[in-house]
Amino acid sequence: MSGPPDKPRLSRTHMLDLLKQMIRIRLFEDKCAELYTQEKIRGFLHLYDGEEAVAVGVIPLLTKDDRVVATYREHGHALVRGISMKSAMAEMYGKRDGCSRGRGGSMHLFDRATNFYGGNAIVGGGLPLAVGLALAGRMRAEKNITVCFFGEGAVAEGEFHESLNLAALWELPVLFVCENNLYAMGTALAISEAETDIHAKAACYRIASEVVDGMDVVAVEAAARRALQTIRETGKPYFLECRTYRFRAHSMFDAQLYRDKAEVEMWRKKGPIERLRAWLEANHMIHPDELAQINAEVGAEIAEAVAFAEAASWEPVEDLTRFVYAEAGR
Amino acid sequence: MAQTAAQEDVVEISYREAVREAIRDALKRDQRVFLMGEDVGRYGGCYAVSKGLLAEFGPDRIRDTPLSESGFTGAGVGAAMAGMRPIVELMTVNFSLLALDQILNSAATIRHMSGNQFGVPLVIRMATGAGRQLAAQHSHSLEGWYAHIPGIKVLAPATLEDARGMLWTALEDPDPVLIFENVMLYNMTGRLAANAESVDIARAAVRRPGQDISLITYGGSLWKTLEAASTLATENIDAEVIDLRSLRPLDDATIIASVNKTRRAVIVDEGWRSGSLAAEIGMRIVEQAFWELDAPVGRVCSEEVPIPYPRHLEQAAIPDVAKIAAAAKAALGRA
Ligand SMILES: Cc1ncc(C[n+]2csc(CCOP(=O)(O)OP(=O)(O)O)c2C)c(N)n1
Repeated sequence: MSGPPDKPRLSRTHMLDLLKQMIRIRLFEDKCAELYTQEKIRGFLHLYDGEEAVAVGVIPLLTKDDRVVATYREHGHALVRGISMKSAMAEMYGKRDGCSRGRGGSMHLFDRATNFYGGNAIVGGGLPLAVGLALAGRMRAEKNITVCFFGEGAVAEGEFHESLNLAALWELPVLFVCENNLYAMGTALAISEAETDIHAKAACYRIASEVVDGMDVVAVEAAARRALQTIRETGKPYFLECRTYRFRAHSMFDAQLYRDKAEVEMWRKKGPIERLRAWLEANHMIHPDELAQINAEVGAEIAEAVAFAEAASWEPVEDLTRFVYAEAGR
Repeated sequence: MAQTAAQEDVVEISYREAVREAIRDALKRDQRVFLMGEDVGRYGGCYAVSKGLLAEFGPDRIRDTPLSESGFTGAGVGAAMAGMRPIVELMTVNFSLLALDQILNSAATIRHMSGNQFGVPLVIRMATGAGRQLAAQHSHSLEGWYAHIPGIKVLAPATLEDARGMLWTALEDPDPVLIFENVMLYNMTGRLAANAESVDIARAAVRRPGQDISLITYGGSLWKTLEAASTLATENIDAEVIDLRSLRPLDDATIIASVNKTRRAVIVDEGWRSGSLAAEIGMRIVEQAFWELDAPVGRVCSEEVPIPYPRHLEQAAIPDVAKIAAAAKAALGRA
């Protein structure tokens, strides 16, 4: 991204780009849900529906050398970071051409080329890794930043507290991004945390923090810009809480007994895609044709990705035990 | 090595010092290496292994950590993925359980889960074993548990050569390696070549050749087993003693060759008997050498009890020379 790092860029093309990236994630995942019911995608599938503004607001601001650590709800992060839709889709199918050779699946997208250090399916498990990645960067006098995404459920884990303390103590360039969607599976924030103002917790570790409306991609981007700028200046960690909401079930196995439909509907109206589109329309910054074109382009990319995943080959069973250890001379 | 070196090139050294020399050497050889753990710096290490290294290498490379086993072990995983060669020290195997998530769910899985894109060249060292009357939260031998996990390698240096030589080889390995140092060995002293270097970490070693029975062991139990073999020798029993050295992978070839020769085996393992590494080795012998055996495979393991505090009970709970000799004689029908 060009332009002054500390100023939000409200140009029309930029806004359309943000919209397109969010739609791209949304439609990709809609397709994934469909493929799940067709049993093309198996296992756990956690959708990011409603939370797209977070990944889209933060990740494009990173440089190539910056590093990303994410959770099992990471399809959006992977796509925005530059993992091709084809290899992500093939991974969900479990095919060899997937970004993790099919061995990871939906929850474990990895990509060395884009410094994408994985979907981690242990709640809180990615935070210590992020600290270590940043420590390595610091010890080798590199200038990169490590961004670590996690849900508010992770805040109750010991690894969260250990990692914040280590990052602050050792002054490591980590951007902690808490995607607070108010529920950890069926457990509402209010019944799991004594202090529900998550970003306030960062103060215990003397980490600068900010809370932002995670449904507003422009606000997320502006906050992330400030955060990254601060980290680049100080070399110290920063904590960004994005208040958001997940519209769909936690994963595909979830009867959603813990919240009522009216609540979900209320949040849907505040959805990040809805919101940006309405704003662009109100300000005459988007033409219906342009929206149609975005949908068509994304639709074509998805169709290609599905075709690729369908045609991709399976890892031969003879290779089952490969890649447990490094292979000499291979 | 010790045998071939000239007299003046041999030094008197403790196991603790041998480990320290290995760490010092690694820090000098490779700028990517650093040591991180609780009290490794200013305190000098809970077993005094890293004493003096802080002054020599500074706080960046001899990095004291807070009491956050999972946090700093995970940080070691991340740093290794990003190109460093961290040595993480966990005070004891009991405390390593607080880092088990990072060891099993991160270090051991990432190469496979990422389709071979990321490796974790990390070394984790920790103390293990009973004998210091530290009771039931500081004395266990859980290395056999760790040996259950594909994706990591597990080493148990029992000799000065291995204490000095395994670390560098482990650091050169592209995958995570756990090194278990038995607490009763730290004060053991002996002679070691001054120019002792790295050693292989793949093969078991025959520490005492013999014809009548194979005694298979590792770590702190090696010395008890060698002593038992000497006792047996006075009764005309010629025991072969195998030091596993690596608990994962296991060197089946050396074990089976020995059993094929002696036709009898007893496994000595300080872990609890049920579900133990000894059980695994016994089963491999049954799978690969059943028809060569002249007697059932025997085991000397720890009693099924948390390690107790009083000395007589602690000693009764773990393998000792008398139990090992008795098990060997039983296998020979001479009980
Ligand atoms: C250590 C651990 N405990 C429990 C789980 C099961 N689990 C998976 S996701 C989840 C909820 C996590 O909520 P949150 O961190 O808020 O993220 P979200 O799913 O809302 O994105 C739980 C309990 C797990 N994967 N890891």
